[in-house]
Amino acid sequence: MGYLEGFGVTLRQHRLFGGKRVTTEYSGGRRAKKGKDDSHDEKQHKPERLHGRHVLNRYEDGMEKCIGCELCAGVCPAKCIYVRGRDNDPENPTSPGERFGWIYEINYLRCIHCDLCVEACPTEAITESKLFEFSFTNRKDAIYTKDELVVDDHGMPQHLPWEDWRPGEEQNTSGWMRATSPGGDERFVGEIGWSNELGFGLRAPEAKQAEADAPKTVRTISRGEGH
Amino acid sequence: MFALDPLLIGDIDLTVILIVLLKVVVVFGVGLVATMLMVWFERKVIAGMQNRIGPNKAGPWGMLQTLADGIKLFFKEDLIPDRADRFVFKLAPYMAFVPAFLVWAIIPLGGDYTNGNGGIVTWFGRDTKVQLADPQMGILLLLALSSIAVYGIMLAGWSSGSKYPLLGSVRATAQMVSYEAALGMSLAAVLLLSGTLSTSGIVGAQSGTGNWNLITTGFLPFVIFVIAATAELNRPPFDLVEAEQELVGGFNTEYSSIRFALFFLAEFMNTITMSAIIVTLFLGGPQPLTINIGGLEWNGDLGLGFLNGTVWFILKLLVFLYMYVWFRATLPRLRYDQLMNLGWKVLIPLSLGWFVVLAAMQLGKDEGWNQIAVVAVSLAALLVGALMLMAAVKVSARNREREGTMF
Repeated sequence: MGYLEGFGVTLRQHRLFGGKRVTTEYSGGRRAKKGKDDSHDEKQHKPERLHGRHVLNRYEDGMEKCIGCELCAGVCPAKCIYVRGRDNDPENPTSPGERFGWIYEINYLRCIHCDLCVEACPTEAITESKLFEFSFTNRKDAIYTKDELVVDDHGMPQHLPWEDWRPGEEQNTSGWMRATSPGGDERFVGEIGWSNELGFGLRAPEAKQAEADAPKTVRTISRGEGH
Repeated sequence: MFALDPLLIGDIDLTVILIVLLKVVVVFGVGLVATMLMVWFERKVIAGMQNRIGPNKAGPWGMLQTLADGIKLFFKEDLIPDRADRFVFKLAPYMAFVPAFLVWAIIPLGGDYTNGNGGIVTWFGRDTKVQLADPQMGILLLLALSSIAVYGIMLAGWSSGSKYPLLGSVRATAQMVSYEAALGMSLAAVLLLSGTLSTSGIVGAQSGTGNWNLITTGFLPFVIFVIAATAELNRPPFDLVEAEQELVGGFNTEYSSIRFALFFLAEFMNTITMSAIIVTLFLGGPQPLTINIGGLEWNGDLGLGFLNGTVWFILKLLVFLYMYVWFRATLPRLRYDQLMNLGWKVLIPLSLGWFVVLAAMQLGKDEGWNQIAVVAVSLAALLVGALMLMAAVKVSARNREREGTMF
């Protein structure tokens, strides 16, 4: 009787009869900031290369990386990026080179976090942080301007009032961009293909697969799982 | 057994009217709150069975989620399609909603049924029953009202002036009419043994767990009744009426705002009332569970005074409500021909045959015939009938195959 077996399966899944919940709770954001509800305020672990809200990076000397080339705007499938470049003032340049990003706006009501802009960027100016816990309540806040996107003088992303940053979360602002060997070619694994960043210097490459699998790692991946 | 409420015998004064009004308000309020909680209960339990959390933000444990949804629906725009029959379109939700409410009136919600009391309690110096009304044709009222509820669904689909709702309502009509036969037939088994149509009388005849109709009718009518009731309620696995994958939203596709809320409310209220009917018919309603095995004896008194019956009633009700949610979590939806096969070729013949057996036994008891012989003969007749039916089904299936039509 297949039907009756099914009844057993669903009943065993119910918490009253020993089932488990797989949903995890998060109630952070503004509510948590106001101290109203901190019972389920733990953020879950996020992968290194998660696509979150963008940042505009700077070189270690404080120069902006963006050159206003508009490639990100061109490649954006959601048409959420608006860029206008302008010639640098020779006396007081914003970016090394001829031009800089004068207007830079991203509309987060449209952005699908595909990271094509990050791939397209020739200077690694735009990258994505791991933050996705930002909930604005009007359309004006949804459009991030250049002032809000550029990293601060320590190279850290700016904290806007409606964003829920936690200590340590600012550290990883370019996880995907620094992913070595995205094409899967072993020769490029662990090779550095990126420039210095303000506040971080030259970031270290990811471990090679052999190193990642080495027994020193705490997390063990059983055979047959993943890949 | 005299079935009329003792409250209405003799003088009708202000106290009597106030008691009746109080009952009406309480039943109405409890009905609405119970429906609200049922929606929450269903969402919570099914979430549990799917390893989720379910609503947990509005109110304690999310209990007010339904209220929030209701308020949202109330303030939404009320759309009527251009091609709808406006009057019928507006009427249909009430046709579904009002019968669902009215069934509450005949369900004994509590009372003292021990020692042949017939569920009579004394409130404010008056003898009365813990149910809104106790008409002598109680169960017939149930059947009549559930038939009216079909109109609600049928008219909703028809008056929408839209294809999918129409398909949904055609399905609903066929399904509910088909299963009403099996429902009525298994109900007849209960009525045969109880000898009364009054719900209070049926409960009164089931004192002591050994006398519950679940056991005295031989379990089968109970199973058939539960299956047929699930189909009557359009609940999974018989929810072809609103099969989302096939019919968009079924009969209520074109409904929005408060009219949709009424359908939604009616559906869940029907689930509760049907569970209450099952409890009344087969599990002795507010009768306590009594244990009398060997030396162990317990009369089911929870020490709650006049609430004893009500608490037992609610406990039994919860079992069935959980069961309905469990069905929904477990069973995949039937195909339309499977539904009709189950109804016409299995449930109706089975309930009819069982009814005949029970009737033969009852007659044998009255006439003083040998019980074993009666049972043997009637079961043999049942078996012959079943074989003939199976043969007929097989032959007709072969003929259809020859003609090249599938169903």
